[in-house]
Amino acid sequence: MPDTNSNTAAVLMPRISVPPITWRRRVMDHAMTGVAALTVVVVLVPLFAIFAYLIYRGIGSINLAFLTQTPKPVGELGGGMANAIVGSMVILAIASLFGVPLGIGAGIFLSEYGRNRYGDIVRFVSDVLNGVPSIVIGIVAYGLVVLPQKHFSALAGGVALAIMMIPTIARTTEQMLLLVPQAIREAAYGLGVSRWRTTLSITLRTATSGVITGVMLAFARVAGETAPLLFTAFGNQYWNWDSGQPTAALSLQIFTYAISPFDEWHRQAWAGALVLIVLIVSAVAAVRIAVKHGTLAGA
Amino acid sequence: MGVGITVEHLNAFYGKTQALFDVNITVLANHATALIGPSGCGKTTFIRCLNRLHETIPEARVEGAVRIGDLSVYNGTSATQLRRRVGMVFQKPNPFPTMSIYDNVAAGLKLNGFRNRKQLDEVVEKSLNSAALWDEVKDALHKQSGASLSGGQQQRLCIARALAVQPEVLLMDEPCSALDPISTGKIEELIFQLKEQYTIVIVTHNMQQAARVAEFTGFFLLGKMIEFDRTEKIFTNPSDKRTEDYVTGRFG
Repeated sequence: MPDTNSNTAAVLMPRISVPPITWRRRVMDHAMTGVAALTVVVVLVPLFAIFAYLIYRGIGSINLAFLTQTPKPVGELGGGMANAIVGSMVILAIASLFGVPLGIGAGIFLSEYGRNRYGDIVRFVSDVLNGVPSIVIGIVAYGLVVLPQKHFSALAGGVALAIMMIPTIARTTEQMLLLVPQAIREAAYGLGVSRWRTTLSITLRTATSGVITGVMLAFARVAGETAPLLFTAFGNQYWNWDSGQPTAALSLQIFTYAISPFDEWHRQAWAGALVLIVLIVSAVAAVRIAVKHGTLAGA
Repeated sequence: MGVGITVEHLNAFYGKTQALFDVNITVLANHATALIGPSGCGKTTFIRCLNRLHETIPEARVEGAVRIGDLSVYNGTSATQLRRRVGMVFQKPNPFPTMSIYDNVAAGLKLNGFRNRKQLDEVVEKSLNSAALWDEVKDALHKQSGASLSGGQQQRLCIARALAVQPEVLLMDEPCSALDPISTGKIEELIFQLKEQYTIVIVTHNMQQAARVAEFTGFFLLGKMIEFDRTEKIFTNPSDKRTEDYVTGRFG
């Protein structure tokens, strides 16, 4: 009977006297709370400092011309980065088109079918890929896309960025799917739902918000990449609507302008950086809002 | 209508560990059959062999023959086909957390490609009614998520979800173990009504519950079916000494 057991346990328990709360414990308590608050400040300060400094340096050069015109030749004032803004969007769209489905697919494999040696291999390879310098990935995309096509292109830039997105998305998707309790999968199996349908409609759907966080992290990370675009998208001083031709990108334009000797270009580089960060933040925010209001909830 | 179940020489394994030893049992259609026994004796493993959930665990396997109605469970029937006819209610309520109450109940049909909106509405209402939950949720079908209900309501939602695919057999794995006495009472009442249409196999730790809801009771010990008989016989005049010891509370 359970009663006798708990009685014996009570008898055998040693008597412990809890020490009284001294002034030292109180001081320590407050000190530790203070340290925790301080770490938050330390983490947040750089973010706000960067944002504030970008606004300070960049806001003055942002005007209608900056957002609607292409760069002017050296020596002429004015002009803008409209082609680079659109180019960045095109390249990121191409990157997401390849990177998101492949990354999520790999994540699904790792979590649902990869609890074995093959999964371990994929996991290891993807972690290594995550650590490959971005310029090396640029060279790979150069070899894969630029050389066969014989010219630089938005497509090549997109492929380079997609390669960078895949491991991040795969690993976060895997982690998020593993958080879904087995009982939820079993509930679906119990209804006669097949395994792949369960994975897509139940497991992935339950983990949607976490998976999207992973996607947005990967997106935000590659959105600012410059090195992989140097010899893939290459940059362009003019409008280009053909994804098979050299294409301007904000990060490339910022790089070119920032290392130039002209004050006017420096100012424009600051403005470009500000526009880039605003674009990233609004893209992430837009997806978050879309998820919250259910537009993507059925994904 | 419910169908009968025949189990012959069933052995189940987790890797090298054998969990069930040569289980033989015949379950009558449209009756409730209770499985009792101490923790870890194989009751849950046994009913998970009936709808082939056991094999979804890595390295788990099954030997022997199970027939449910005219289906040979381990021979020529696909697991998904089988599970559409054998519903299951789990120990802990497990509604789909991202789905509304309505979608939870409709999930089995929808995910199997059933799309007729009007018929879905009907099935959802009927299933929630059979699970004695309709009156409590009818105004929040689409607004509230299944996970926002109370524990007892969630378990009845899971029963409704299982009923919606119109199975012939309902497996219940300690469906009341996480519930308070009032919710337990409701679910027991439900079992009483449900066995007119379904064959019910219920695992329970609560011997009074077995006595209340089931016509037949099987006693498991260490992976073996020790005794299987009419419930009155198991509780009043068991033929095996070990069954008697267990039901009179001398061990376990």
